[in-house]
Amino acid sequence: MDVAAILPQVFTGLVLGGIFVLLAIGLSLIFGLMTVVNFAHGSLYMLGAYFTVFLLAYTRSFWVALVVAPILVGVVGFLVERVLIRRLYGRSPDDPLLLTFGLSLVLIETAKLIWGKIGLTLDPPRELAGAVNLGFMAFPAYRLFVIAVTILVLFGLWAFVTRTNVGLIIRAGSRDPLMVRALGIDLNRIWLLVFGIGCGLAGLAGALAGPMRGAYADMGVTMVIESFVVVVVGGMGSLLGAVVAGVLIGQVVGITTYFAPKLAEIMVFVVMAVVLLIRPSGIFGEAGLAE
Amino acid sequence: MRALTGFVARHPVATFAVFFAAFPFIVPYKALAAQVLIFGLLTMGFNLLYGYTGLLSFGHAAYYGLGAYGTGLLLAKTKLGSLWLGILAGPLLAMIGGAVIGFFCLRRRGIYFAMLTLAFAQLLYFVAFHMADVTGGDDGLRGIPLLPLNVFGWRVPIDSTLGFYYFAYVLVLLAVAGLKRILDSPFGTVLQAIRENGDRASACGYDVNRIKHLSFVFSATFAGLAGGLDALRLSVVPVESLYWTTSGQVVIMTLLGGAGTFFGPFVGAGTYLVLEDRLSVFTESWPLVIGLIFMAFVLFLPRGIWGTLVTRLSRGGS
Repeated sequence: MDVAAILPQVFTGLVLGGIFVLLAIGLSLIFGLMTVVNFAHGSLYMLGAYFTVFLLAYTRSFWVALVVAPILVGVVGFLVERVLIRRLYGRSPDDPLLLTFGLSLVLIETAKLIWGKIGLTLDPPRELAGAVNLGFMAFPAYRLFVIAVTILVLFGLWAFVTRTNVGLIIRAGSRDPLMVRALGIDLNRIWLLVFGIGCGLAGLAGALAGPMRGAYADMGVTMVIESFVVVVVGGMGSLLGAVVAGVLIGQVVGITTYFAPKLAEIMVFVVMAVVLLIRPSGIFGEAGLAE
Repeated sequence: MRALTGFVARHPVATFAVFFAAFPFIVPYKALAAQVLIFGLLTMGFNLLYGYTGLLSFGHAAYYGLGAYGTGLLLAKTKLGSLWLGILAGPLLAMIGGAVIGFFCLRRRGIYFAMLTLAFAQLLYFVAFHMADVTGGDDGLRGIPLLPLNVFGWRVPIDSTLGFYYFAYVLVLLAVAGLKRILDSPFGTVLQAIRENGDRASACGYDVNRIKHLSFVFSATFAGLAGGLDALRLSVVPVESLYWTTSGQVVIMTLLGGAGTFFGPFVGAGTYLVLEDRLSVFTESWPLVIGLIFMAFVLFLPRGIWGTLVTRLSRGGS
């Protein structure tokens, strides 16, 4: 085995893993608190990429686009929760999944209508255009930047959930919403906030992926399925699980791509099947949580 | 009117037989009739699992696709040359697929189940996509002959539009009668008990997981028959048969028609296909319109067209 040839794949897998982690954490947060599976998560990822293209053309600054696009997607998330999902609380947990499935169709078709069927490309910012020599190999600077941003955002999220009062309510709300309500806390506002944050993270993932993969209307669909696989492998409700599984799946794809490119997409599901057989609740999941 | 609704409620299979015998002469053009019949069958299989057992599968493309490839491969790649064997191979392959995938998916409940079925369907899609020497990959599996039917030595050609329609009609009618038999059996009653309250059914001593698995396999087999028929109708199996969009289509059709109702799947399939047919004349973005209609149904009309109709009529009638 040629280590020098595999190392770039390991790093590429890490970048992909980072995108998976950002998507999976949003899914997991929303599901853990609200038992809502947001099928439109992939479409919001797609919106994040398109908003970045749009803002970049408008403001000529990638950095502004990178900050504003996820916020805009978060606002879309607020609207979706307020106008659509809120009507379904108290109904079968299948209903929000069905509704957001319909929403994802609508968003994909709207994107095709506005931005065309053919995807748009997006260049990384000039500051991050080249490659960085890491000593043992050269690696695109932008991809290193994606890894760094992911780590930074994860750290921020961890601090938010474990060190702030709102984070405390979020953790309590996902364990026992009834008790939290009984203590006089308005959970509806927390749900709105968490849904917005989750969607914003999907938007950020899309904004970061844009310069690597371009923006096209169908880009989110396979991503949302694979992100859900990450959530299943990591264990629902476990943020650590989402991180570990995201990196793991990213590595599996990266390394399989080197040996047998055709098997890369298939391996994701093989990992899932193996985990389901050995540990149905996921690597870090608690059995029976939120089922 | 009341006599008619009473007859429909008491004899659903006979009603189905009469209505669909005349169906090709009602629809705008005859080719649409077989499509409605086949997608109705696929949706009916899905409805057994979702509407009657309460399990939301987002991956019925898998069984439809397996059925299509099963029938298609046997007719296009082997020298057996028998339509009967071909039409059996599809449901058989889907049944095996359903047994294996169902085993994995039923290890988790609720929303997980839905996403797992979707994930396994995508797995099959990627496998079919990359196994191009067997499946034709992106180009689809081509060259499926529509052989004449051999009925006790008689060779009946079915390559005309109406000929094929009535060939499909007989098979779908048998499937509909089979479904009715399943629903009327004690097994069918337990399915609905599981949908209403799985824990209670379990407490009554039923092996809930085994019964769900069996329902899954039945559902997959119906979907496989639909896939096999569609392979014959199109004489090609596009790899998109296995793609998530097919699964989504089935979900939409079920919700439009009415989940957990006997005729809902056929009403839903008909509504969807006529909508698609009419809308695509005006705009390329017809999925956008269907998506919006679907969202409105989930929000405001969760019983679907047929389900709402039945509730209204039974309330007004008694």
